[in-house]
Amino acid sequence: MTLFLLSIMVFLGGQVLPGNVGRAILGPFADQRAVDALNHTLGVDRPLLTQYWDWISNFVQGDMGTSYIFRSPVAPFVIDALGNSMKLAAVAFVLVVPIGILGGVVAALNLNRPLDRIISLGGLSVTVLPEFVTGIILILIFGVWLRWLPISAAWPRDAGFFTQLYYLILPSLPLFLVLFGYIARMARSGMIEALDSDYTRTAVLKGLPWRTVIWRHVLRNALLPTITVIATQTGYLIGGLVVIETLFRYQGIGSLIFTAARGKDFPMLESGILTIGIVYAVATLVADFLYSVLNPRIRLGSDQ
Amino acid sequence: MSAVQTSSPTPDDMRRRGPLAEVFFSLLRSRTFLVGFAIVLFWVACALFGEHFAPYDPLADDIINALAPPSSEHWFGTDQIGRDVFSRVIVGSRDILTVAPLATLLATVAGTALGLITGYFRGLVDDVVSRILEAFMAIPVVIVALLAIVALGTSKTTVIVVIGLSFAPIIARTVRSAVLAERELDYVAAAQLRHESALHTMFVEILPNVVPPILVETTVRLGYAIFAVATLSFMGFGIQPPSPDWGLSISNNYGMIGGGFWWTVLFDALAIASLVIGVNLAADGVHGALND
Repeated sequence: MTLFLLSIMVFLGGQVLPGNVGRAILGPFADQRAVDALNHTLGVDRPLLTQYWDWISNFVQGDMGTSYIFRSPVAPFVIDALGNSMKLAAVAFVLVVPIGILGGVVAALNLNRPLDRIISLGGLSVTVLPEFVTGIILILIFGVWLRWLPISAAWPRDAGFFTQLYYLILPSLPLFLVLFGYIARMARSGMIEALDSDYTRTAVLKGLPWRTVIWRHVLRNALLPTITVIATQTGYLIGGLVVIETLFRYQGIGSLIFTAARGKDFPMLESGILTIGIVYAVATLVADFLYSVLNPRIRLGSDQ
Repeated sequence: MSAVQTSSPTPDDMRRRGPLAEVFFSLLRSRTFLVGFAIVLFWVACALFGEHFAPYDPLADDIINALAPPSSEHWFGTDQIGRDVFSRVIVGSRDILTVAPLATLLATVAGTALGLITGYFRGLVDDVVSRILEAFMAIPVVIVALLAIVALGTSKTTVIVVIGLSFAPIIARTVRSAVLAERELDYVAAAQLRHESALHTMFVEILPNVVPPILVETTVRLGYAIFAVATLSFMGFGIQPPSPDWGLSISNNYGMIGGGFWWTVLFDALAIASLVIGVNLAADGVHGALND
């Protein structure tokens, strides 16, 4: 549903543009006949419904159309960019998931003590800040003043895995900070609820060691809602990527969309956004699946 | 409200002050709210009267003194065409503090109407509208904004409409769940038995009773609206030059950050950070005051 709506919106957004595409590419002084010819070649002079159907059926078959600006197929650009973005998102996720959960768990185990206050308040403050603000401050601290990390994410050609990783640390930090607050808060409230529950009391009363109670009984239940939050944050993460990739001049899907939007390159823009929609839908599906695997109380279908 | 008060306030008096007054007093006791509110008030003052106490004209360039580091003359230094950063930071609060609250207002009005309708009628209306709203919520604001701005062009109105409409579904969801609980109560049944119109029941009977959750959601959304406006301005899709807006200034100056001109971006970044945190602290206080 979301995907369908998104595709319509994307398509309409591309069509409602004031002025016509041929005119936008050739400039205001081009001959009207040349503009018409280009519009015809690009296929933008046909009825909207036909255009939509062609576009969406081609997209499903992996043909994303031809970029207006580069005059070459869009697909390779989108795939390259998606790969780069995934690297960045992966670094952010690998950092934030364990640390965020750990933060939440530690806060819950120290409920209302100073450590909890620091984690909760700190997490909340960094979560509400726009990524480019934390990004700028981090660049100033680590890139300009301490000179520990490169201020641009564009690594040198044929850089190895670790060099790439080194270049990705600074861009992933703003994403890390925003996500940390969410994940830690969910893990903390999940833990508090689980610690307060009857099964935890039973486990303690039957004499299990504290460590076993935490690992076997509390954590498993506490982390379920956290998983859902992590999955829903993929949507946010994509929005964040647009900003971060622009700030760090990184060739990802976010900066691809940004550049396409500025250059009015509609096939590129439309494909980029739709690709993001698909990634989001898949992430949600994976989260639902993970949730049902980890939670024995929910089994999908066939068991009954 | 009690007209005559002879003895010192008792819990009974507190109740007689009315629910709004009670919320007001518990806000005054909340340190979180007061700190947040003070920060916001400071920036509102800057937005309203900033140009009177800013030492320089925020738009006046002075090429000879371009990129001067902070000094006693220019407290926050000057930017690439010699404009005084301190004055720009002060006056830069104006646009974001116009656009973000207006967007929040639009989101609240639209979201409340949608929430009342879906919650009150339930059934098919609710199903259809809710599915569409859910689909909308899944799309990141930045993406919606990019599309809308490419299609409609950049203007403050576009930004207000885009942010307002992207936040409306979230407020609608909150209002809907509050209305679902409210509509089961006797006063709603009484209104229906009196043959009041659905509109009257929704807006006159139910609406006043769901104000607290709306208020909380609105203050929280204001924080996000500031986040979104700042981000869009930074991307070049929000507030346009020559406004001394913070996000816009950062976007104009961060390219030179490698050259060590930190003062051209740091103060704007800190200004955004303080405003966002201030609004969120205040929102947290409102949330606490309405939920204890």
